[in-house]
Parts: sequence; C-alpha cells; structure tokens
Amino acid sequence: MTETRDITLDVNGKRHALSVEPRKNLADALRDDCGLTGTHVGCEHGVCGACTVLVDGRAVRSCLMFAVQAEGTAIETVEGLASEDGELHPLQQAFWDKHGLQCGFCTPGFLMLAVGALRENPEMTDVEIRELVSSNLCRCTGYQNILTAVRAAADVMRAGTNG
Amino acid sequence: MSAIGRSIRRIEDRALLTGNGRFAADLNREHQLHMRVVRSPVAFGRLVEVDASDAADVPGVEAIWTAADIAELPQIDFRMTKITGMEPYRQWCLAKDYVRYVGEPVAVVFANSPYAAEDAAELVFCDIDEVDAHLEATAEPVAFMPETMPGLLTEPAVLHKSCGDLDAAFAEAAEVVELELKVGRHTGVPLETRGALAVHDAATDTVTMYGAAKVPHYNRGAIAAMLGLAIDRVHLSEGHVGGGFGIRGELYPEDVLTCHAARRLGRPVKWIEDRKEHLMAANHSRDQVYRMRAAIAPDGFLLGLDVTFITDQGAYVRTHGATVSDLSAALLPGPYVIPAYRVAGHIRLTNKTPAGTYRAPGRYESTFARERLMDAIAARVGIDRLEVRRRNLIPESRIPFDRGMDTLGTGVVYDSGRYHDLLARLEAHVGWEELAASIAERRAAGEMVGLGLGYFIEKSGLGPEDMVRMRVAPDGGIRIITGAASVGQGIETAMAQICADSLGVDTARIAIVHGQTSLIEKGMGAFASRVTVMTGSAIKIASEALIEAALDIGAKLFQVDRASVAYKAGEVRVASSDRAMSLAQLASAWAEQGGLAAEGTFRSDHMTYPYGIHLAQVRIDPGTCDVLVERYTVAYDIGRVINPMLVEGQIVGAVAQGLGGALYENFEYDEAGQPLATSFADYLMPTALEVPEVFTLVREDAPSPINPLGVKGAGEGGITAVGAAIASAVDDAAGRPGMVTRLPITPDRLHAWLA
Repeated sequence: MTETRDITLDVNGKRHALSVEPRKNLADALRDDCGLTGTHVGCEHGVCGACTVLVDGRAVRSCLMFAVQAEGTAIETVEGLASEDGELHPLQQAFWDKHGLQCGFCTPGFLMLAVGALRENPEMTDVEIRELVSSNLCRCTGYQNILTAVRAAADVMRAGTNG
Repeated sequence: MSAIGRSIRRIEDRALLTGNGRFAADLNREHQLHMRVVRSPVAFGRLVEVDASDAADVPGVEAIWTAADIAELPQIDFRMTKITGMEPYRQWCLAKDYVRYVGEPVAVVFANSPYAAEDAAELVFCDIDEVDAHLEATAEPVAFMPETMPGLLTEPAVLHKSCGDLDAAFAEAAEVVELELKVGRHTGVPLETRGALAVHDAATDTVTMYGAAKVPHYNRGAIAAMLGLAIDRVHLSEGHVGGGFGIRGELYPEDVLTCHAARRLGRPVKWIEDRKEHLMAANHSRDQVYRMRAAIAPDGFLLGLDVTFITDQGAYVRTHGATVSDLSAALLPGPYVIPAYRVAGHIRLTNKTPAGTYRAPGRYESTFARERLMDAIAARVGIDRLEVRRRNLIPESRIPFDRGMDTLGTGVVYDSGRYHDLLARLEAHVGWEELAASIAERRAAGEMVGLGLGYFIEKSGLGPEDMVRMRVAPDGGIRIITGAASVGQGIETAMAQICADSLGVDTARIAIVHGQTSLIEKGMGAFASRVTVMTGSAIKIASEALIEAALDIGAKLFQVDRASVAYKAGEVRVASSDRAMSLAQLASAWAEQGGLAAEGTFRSDHMTYPYGIHLAQVRIDPGTCDVLVERYTVAYDIGRVINPMLVEGQIVGAVAQGLGGALYENFEYDEAGQPLATSFADYLMPTALEVPEVFTLVREDAPSPINPLGVKGAGEGGITAVGAAIASAVDDAAGRPGMVTRLPITPDRLHAWLA
C-alpha cells in the first residue's frame, strides 16, 4: 500500500504538487501534505462534518474522499475565507460577533458548510438554515449561536449583493 | 465603564475562525514517529501472548511494545481522592495478565507514518483466554482478576455519608416513598479526539508533551513520577483544546506512553486517537442506579432520605478515583432541607470502558434522582410540583447552610442562595399559570404535551489556591501567566475582563498565558467550574497588587510622598497637579529595577454553590414515541456575571449535552461485552434539529461572600437538571406521574412505558 501517485491539488486558488498513497483521504492530504491544518478531522466516518471543505463549490466531507479523486477540482478551505489583508469573511465575522464558537474545533466545518450553501441559495429561510446546520456536529454551543450567526451573515451577504 | 458584566467578543476567536488554531493533531516535528494502540478485541480474558512478528515486518515500523517492554512503568495513579484501598484497581499503561474491556491498550506500534502504524497494529495478534464478561454493576461483585488476584472483588469501595436522625424521621413519617432510578452510560465526547506530541531533548533529558489539557501541572508531576524523572525534566504545553467536559486532559495510558517512547526511542512521538478509539477508550461517565426510601410528613415535607446507589465505573479505577460517587453522595440533597439523610455509594467495576467525570459529575445523576423523588412526593401527597419544592427548599434565613457532610475534602456549606426567590422569578418570567393553562388546553385537544422542572444546586471554585503573575511591558501590554487551563470555554476573555476592570484599562491590552508548565511553577488547571472563581479572584488580587506597585514606583519617580499619588484608569497621577505617568511609562522607566509586575494568590477552603432551575416543555409523538423538546428555560444564579454572552453560551451548550444524555446518548453493550456504540452512527449526539431554542434567566441575586468578585461558576449548571426536567415533562405529557424511571428516554423505552 505504500506506492504513491503524483497529483496536483488546487486549494484556495493555489496549486500543490503532492505524492500520495491512493488511499490517502483528502482531509489528511490537505493537513499533512498542503500544510493546511484548518480543516479538522473529528470522526473519520463522515458524520461530524468538522472536515467539510468545498470541492467545485459543493460541501464535501474531506474524510470521505480520496485525495486522488480531488485532482482537477477547485478546493476551498477555511484558510481561503478571509481576504489577504485579513478582513474576515461575513460568516467568520458573524460567528465572532454572535459567539458562534467555543472550542473552535468544529468551526471551520460549519463555516465551509454555510459558505457553500449561502452561495447556492442566498435567500435561505430560518428553517432551511436549521436543516443545513444539522448536517454537522458541535459539542460546545448547543447550535443556537451558530444558527444566529449564519442568519446574520446571510443577511449581510444579501445586502452586500443587492447594494 | 466597568469591563465586568459586558458581552465583549472573545479575544481567542480570530485564530480559530481563520484556520490558525493549534490543536494537538496540528503539531508536527521532523522525524516524528506515529504511535498506534493495539486494543483488546474482547471484554474480559487472560492475556496469554501478544504476537507482533507479522506487524514488525511492515515497512516503516520502528518498534512494538507490550506490557513486558514497559515493566518499569507503574500503574496510573489517582488525581483526587481521599478513599484508600483502591490502588490494586488502577490501570496499567498496557494490559498485564488480563484484559478487562474492549478497547484496552494491549500493545503500541511506532512507525514512520500513521498509515503504516495502523497497518501494523492490525497485524498484532492477541492470544486471550476469554472469560465471561461481567456487565451488571447491580449484580453481586465478582473476581477482578480471578487467577492473579484471587479474592479481589469488583467493588473497590463503598462510600458512606449521613446527617441527622434517620430512624426518628421514619418513625415520624406519614408516608414512605420508594423509588429505583437509573441514569444511562454516556460521556463528554469532545469534537477533538485526544492526542499528544512528545518531544525529548537528549541534551537535557527533558520531555515536553504538547496537546496537554485540563490539568497540565498535575499531569506533569504524575508523568515525571512514572518515568522516574525530576519534575523539572517534564513539561506540558497546552495548545487549543477542542472541548473538555471533564474527560479530556485526565492522565491516560497513551499520554504516558508517548512521553516514555519519545525518551526511549529518541524521536518525537505523535499520537492521535480516532473516533472509534475515543468512544471505547476515553472515560465514560454517569451510569448509576439509585434506590431511595423517603420519609414524608403529611404536607409533603421530606423528613428523611435513605439512599443506596451504585456507580458502574467500568474496568478500572482511573484518575478520578471515587470523585463521581463522592459528589453524588454529598450533593444529592440539593436545595432542600432534608433534616436526616443517609447514603451508601457503591463503586462497582464491570468489563466496560473505565468511567470518570463528565460535566456536572454526580449532580446530573443525583439531581435526576432527587427531582424524580420530589415529583413522586407531590403525586403521593396530592400537591403540585412547584408547591412540593417550595415546602422543601432551604429558606434564606438558614443560609449559609451547613449540610454537615463533606465532599472533595471540603465541607458542604451553601455560601449564599435565595432559592424561593429564584423559583418565584422563574414562574413570573415564563408566565407559569398561563403556560400551564395553554398546555392543559392542548392536552385536552389530544396532544401529548407536558411541562417539567428540576431544581438544582451546583458547586464551583474548588481550592485550595490559584496563583497568577502579571507584568506590564514597556509598550503597555499586560501579560498574565496563570496555571489555569483552557478547554475552549473562553477563559482568556473572562480573565482579561477581570483584570481590565480592576486596572481600568482596555481588555485589548491584556494577554492571558495558560497551560504552560514551563512558565509558572504552580497551577490547578480547569475543572469543577473553578477558573472564574479561583483564577479570576487571583487576577483581581494581582491587579490590586499591581496598582500598589505602580503607586510605589510612581511616588519614587515623581519624588513625592506615597500618599500624594493616586491611581486611575492606567495612570499614576500626582495629586492636584498635571503630572502623570501611564503604566507603560512606569514599566519602561523602572525596567532596570525589575519593571512593573505583581503576583496574586487566592486561597479558598470552601466551594461556592450556584443554583438554578430547568423548565422543559415537551411533546411526545404518539406515532414514533419520539420526545420533541419544544422550549427550554434555565434560571441560574451565579452571583456575578463576568461576560453575559459567554455565560449564556455555557448554559445553552450544556443544555444540548444534557438533552443528549436524557434522550439519545447511550453506551450499550452486547452480552459478550462488545460495545455497540463506537461511531457517531450509533452514539447519537444532538444536532441542530434536536436542540430547541434555550432561554436563560441569569441572576446575580446571591453573590458569593467567599471570594472577592462574588462570582460562582457558570460552566455546569446548564446540564445539571436536564435529565430531571425532561423526565418530569415526559411524565406530564403522558399524564403518568412517575413513569420515567431511567435515562435516556429512547423511543423503544417510551413505547414500552406507554403500552
């Protein structure tokens, strides 16, 4: 199982040339080979969602995808959310303002989950947001402030688009 | 404007929001080895042989150890317990003679990559002569290790506590109420699994373990003792911690093994637990059975209470020793007078994952038991559930209230409390009469809806002491070093607010350094809701000492009397003049004489006791027997609130965890002792769809008189009465008082009760 494949991953617009075992999952490749440790591994069986990243704009559990499958796709991780000058993405800002995180371990997964969903549907209702947030697990917040934060960010983002 | 009492955003969030957190798995060192633990596949058996020959052939494997290879490592000791006689039941780092639970470490593999280590671990063969697993803690104790320790039974200790004249209480009783209740086996399950990176510096023979949590200073001493090193040759360093909840940061076999291996193998050693391992190897909790007999006066006053309870502590007695049972026994009486009380707490071992503390340890369970009893008394006497509590609550005139027992080595003395007042406030807050009427109306229309409540007392601020050091840098930055620990609860922000409040400066200038044994020699860490009380008080004391130091320095620099300088808002000013110096200027001018710094120590012999009430509104779906929580309110008096937003966050998060234990989470085992919940598909934690909106009524009506801030801990009260309140509400929804006798209230269990 130690033979490796050479692949190139496009992460946050930057290309990473890697040599990975075919069985290496995308989460491990991002963390170990690209040095992007913001994507967290919480269960390795696709339930908790801490490892959620966007692959071609869609939320994916990166623990359930092989790195080799991600070649040729555009991958987005939490490290790509804030602008280069450090300005936080509206979702990051809302999580901060609304106390949407405590230990912060699940946070990157929730951010990426919501970024993808709000891009697809900027008009999400509260019920849809609750459905969305139920995709991932958080053990600290009880979700209340995560829901509030996603709602607030959605409103800010929609206002930004319309303005 | 005071910095205390404000909902300021957290200092610690930016790194966590941008992917720059430093959790255990994020740390790496060149040439590191990866450790993988080989775990017992059976629940109980004689360990005959471990064959690692095939595993050793896997490319990249550097070493494989079994118990024989680490014979010099002793058993893992207790962190806090005064009960003696439990030493033989402590766990070894690797199984010796017997395996006692599925998941017990039997061997460890060290390899150049985590994938290779896992491949090799799967090839290690454990030859085990299986013995029938002992899985019922309520059954008679059996032999702990039949052949090697004959006569040693699976009941390491029985705790006894009592107060008042129980015989007289029963002689006087108009009614006797008897109940048997059970709380299921569940635990903290932080989203970050455990992990560690141990690095050995051969030049100084010093081991540093990164990934520490909760109690770094204690664990440093324990690891040093186990490795036979002087204490200053071991350092523990805490990075970001992905949730604690009582279970993370206790000293486990894997922590000791990484440190030992780094030293012996001469390379950094990294270990990251996977989720399956976590669910069968990290501490379980709860799992108690209560048998209660209560002597009742005609008006529902509880005259006396006789309790026997059994805690299923799993395969070994781990670091917590008797803590859970001790807290259960001492705090079961809660907010009620109960003049006579006797309790026997049996600590029993089974062939399940060992158990320790989980958020509100002993209180979640005993509050469920006591509040079930209160509901039963109300039903027996024919009064409502609020009235029975009013008749039994400790009146303000008896505060401080000495229970006449101790726990964790301190006397149980409720330091302040206005218990009737809080109940009245909650009734007003939720509009109790109207709410009850609307529920009655819905029930009349055929819905299975109900209300339930649970009153609780929490404890916080365990001593004996906390010490902090504070220093002002020439740029005006204030750095506080504390031996407290962060488990993600926001201590940096709360501690900065306390300092900012005392000094009259902006929180943005304050940095809190925690969890680093190399920077401060003492520290108690973060457990038992102690940080805001103990560390916060130490910071207040240090801040006041810093002001005195600033005044001393200012007087010397201005060459005036000490009496003619005054401190205000970050400046020392000479009276009736425009001469003033900022803290930064003082620190700068005094740099060569040692700078501007102070130390503060807070000592406390007693805990402080916050209290509160949970109110749940539920609906039973008669088709699926699912319990839907419609609304949840927590009233909680914590004496003084440092940051309301953080306090609410603690309460809401804790409620969600409590709902898990009340309705969903359960470590089931089959009859051979195989755990049936080893993934998130089987261990069901609440998602956003199960957790209702939680309303909070946070009060400051009873400040603590035993610390300078008046604070009480806020971290646990959100979970304490969830099981109690949900059970009461489900009874009410079903119209069957006393129906719920065990947690979790799963659909199959509820279906059977309703049948």
